[in-house]
Amino acid sequence: MRRWHLLALVVLLVATAVSLIGYKTRVLGYPLSPATEVESWVVEARLAFEPGSGPVKAEMAIPLAPVGHVLVDENFVSRGYGIQTESRDDNRLALWSIRRASGPQTLYYRATVARQEGVRKPQGVPALERAPEYGDLEGAAVEAILDEVRGKSADIATFSSLLVRLLASPAADGNVELLLPKPASPEARTRTAIQVLAGARIPARMVQGIRLGSGASNLQPEPWLEVNNGDRWIPINPADGSHGYPKDFLIWWHGDEPLFSVEHARQPRLQFSVTRSLEPALDMVTRQAELAHSPVMAYSLTTLPVHVQNVYRALLLIPIGILLIVFLRNVVGVRTFGTFMPVLISLAFRETDLASGVMLFSMIVVLGLAVRFYLEHLKLLLVPRLAVVVIVVIMLMLLVSLLGYRLNFDVGLSVALFPMVIMAMTIERISIVWEEHGPADAIKQAIGSLVVAIACYLAMYHPQVEHFVFVFPEVLLIVLAITLLLGRYTGYRLSELLRFRAFGEVARR
Amino acid sequence: MSWFVPPWKLREAGVLSLNARNALYIAEGNPRRLYPRVDDKLLTKQLALDAGMAVPDLYGVVSNYHDARRFERILDGHDDFVIKPARGAGGDGIVVVTARLGEGFLKINGARLSRDDIVHHLGNILSGMYSFGGRPDQAMVEYRVQPDDVFAAISHLGVPDVRVIVHRGFPVLAMLRLPTRVSGGKANLHQGAVGTGIDIATGLTAHGVWHEDSIDRHPDTMQPLSGITIPGWQRILELSARGYELTGLGYLGVDIVIDRTHGPLILELNARPGLSIQIANRRGLRSRLELIDREGGKDLDFAARAAFVRERFAA
Repeated sequence: MRRWHLLALVVLLVATAVSLIGYKTRVLGYPLSPATEVESWVVEARLAFEPGSGPVKAEMAIPLAPVGHVLVDENFVSRGYGIQTESRDDNRLALWSIRRASGPQTLYYRATVARQEGVRKPQGVPALERAPEYGDLEGAAVEAILDEVRGKSADIATFSSLLVRLLASPAADGNVELLLPKPASPEARTRTAIQVLAGARIPARMVQGIRLGSGASNLQPEPWLEVNNGDRWIPINPADGSHGYPKDFLIWWHGDEPLFSVEHARQPRLQFSVTRSLEPALDMVTRQAELAHSPVMAYSLTTLPVHVQNVYRALLLIPIGILLIVFLRNVVGVRTFGTFMPVLISLAFRETDLASGVMLFSMIVVLGLAVRFYLEHLKLLLVPRLAVVVIVVIMLMLLVSLLGYRLNFDVGLSVALFPMVIMAMTIERISIVWEEHGPADAIKQAIGSLVVAIACYLAMYHPQVEHFVFVFPEVLLIVLAITLLLGRYTGYRLSELLRFRAFGEVARR
Repeated sequence: MSWFVPPWKLREAGVLSLNARNALYIAEGNPRRLYPRVDDKLLTKQLALDAGMAVPDLYGVVSNYHDARRFERILDGHDDFVIKPARGAGGDGIVVVTARLGEGFLKINGARLSRDDIVHHLGNILSGMYSFGGRPDQAMVEYRVQPDDVFAAISHLGVPDVRVIVHRGFPVLAMLRLPTRVSGGKANLHQGAVGTGIDIATGLTAHGVWHEDSIDRHPDTMQPLSGITIPGWQRILELSARGYELTGLGYLGVDIVIDRTHGPLILELNARPGLSIQIANRRGLRSRLELIDREGGKDLDFAARAAFVRERFAA
């Protein structure tokens, strides 16, 4: 009965933890290892102008859920300006305003984006009921072009491609020449394509985007064509009629309106620059989560203030060390001073590094023991004697720090976090065992404690473990489950295989 | 002898592991609230006296520093005595005094103790140096047991005692614990005493264990350990069986000393007795515990239980 209860509890805990971890890695994209890095780009739009008289109002298009990319972070830099964002149709705008400005002004919008294979959200399909009114000459040219293309195409997608290719071909016929005088910019070509497609009642629109190269500055937005086949928008390259967006094309704005407008200003200029960077995947997921408001992430540790996070970075690792101790004591059978003393010692090792921590610990314990044995002659009572040991331990640490500083290693400076009271108790325990059970037992247990502390340190502060526990604190449920199971482990300890070795003979007889 | 034994062989031999002892017998059979009856030796002594069982005479209790400085008053003319912490564990803090030596005293190992040394030691006991969790404690001063002559050849200083493991009132395994020079007169195995298995049915000693190694002769006197008849064995079995009613603990270690004049006396009881007794007997505890669970009736009195084990566990 009790066994089934325990097993059910363990299964429940493990299942909960595994499904949470699975959800976080699979769906939310949390990285399993700390080294995972994601390529990202910082796109900076820089709007510069000379203010005129009167209040300045600047509008600039900014990206909204661009297909193929995810907006990880964004910020606005503009001293003294009021800033707000606004949605308009499928687009987003940043609105800056200031009552009075003097001297050259620069407004920045900075977005961090990462590539993401996303599913395109279905967008509204616009109706094009009427063909636009063309002039006589134009109308005839449009009609001729449409006739030519219609004959060779199968559907809206191929129709649009052929049309774009026809418009882009260098050896253009007269009809094309009429609609699109050479030399034509890609933007003009796109506009003409939209105009002609409208004649066939095919909804089309211009998309403006940025090419994400590395280290490019002074970029200009490129136009792209999207046609609607009644089902979805199909991107078409205005230069050669091929379908789809290139991987490094970041959609910035839908429509053929200019990307910005500034009221009461002269010489407005918009420049883009792109820098590529590698970011830890965890930062990426976290920042993305802040923008996306995922319910699971709302309970993530990363939403806590940084100093609280740091506390938990240390606290969450303690169960790992404790699990190790339970294992070493109950399954292996290592003997230590105090149940969880080695975990506290390993916490202290973190403040120094392992080698100097071990050195320091041994040194202080040995010196402390010497003092303790000397105190034995004075026949002090227990509590004052413990107090004396604590005081002496602190003075020893001070001495080590001063010496270390003189000798130019700053190990000693970080020892302050060594748990002094625990060290004093340890010293007292060692000395009692030393007297009652002899030095062999005392040294054996002291070395056991030190080895366990080192093992705890190595297990707790392994970068992989640290990362995993911090990102997936639910792993503690698994730790809990294992501890519960170990709590009912009634098998032999490894040390007992040695201890009862006499029984190896008995069985042979 | 190989230096380790595979776990299946231990299982085959019915050896009880520490984890199994803790989880299956102590956690199941020993309710926490009953622990004070064994952890507080003063209470144990009182319970035993109330039940009409023999215990070493208590000369007095030291419960504050004022009394400690005047400890000689409770000696009441005795020159040999034992000082022990009432809540001590594993024999820690026990001092055996064999004689007066001028102003001071003589410890059992021949070391001299000044009056101040004893006062200091009493102070340490009072402040909880030997008690579980460091709680303040009391010191007991009691009669020093005079060991039976049978043990003279196989004991060094100190007083040998008989440790009996009692499961639900049935004595299942017993050993004789013999002090050595290394153990400083103490009868605790982890302090270096020798353990010798005792045949439950006959009260005859068998092999020994020392520092968890099997031995056949006492390390100090080199006398053979086996073949000695424990005097008053039937009484020892019955005394230990009664430890169950005394404490209510399902799994229990009963320590009995055999005094030259008073016979078997209950020295102390233990709710977490150690497992080396298995090595001393070269016999696993677990198979016997399971046999008791299967076949040991529920309403037998102590004499019937002692008879049961003498019959069932005969070699």
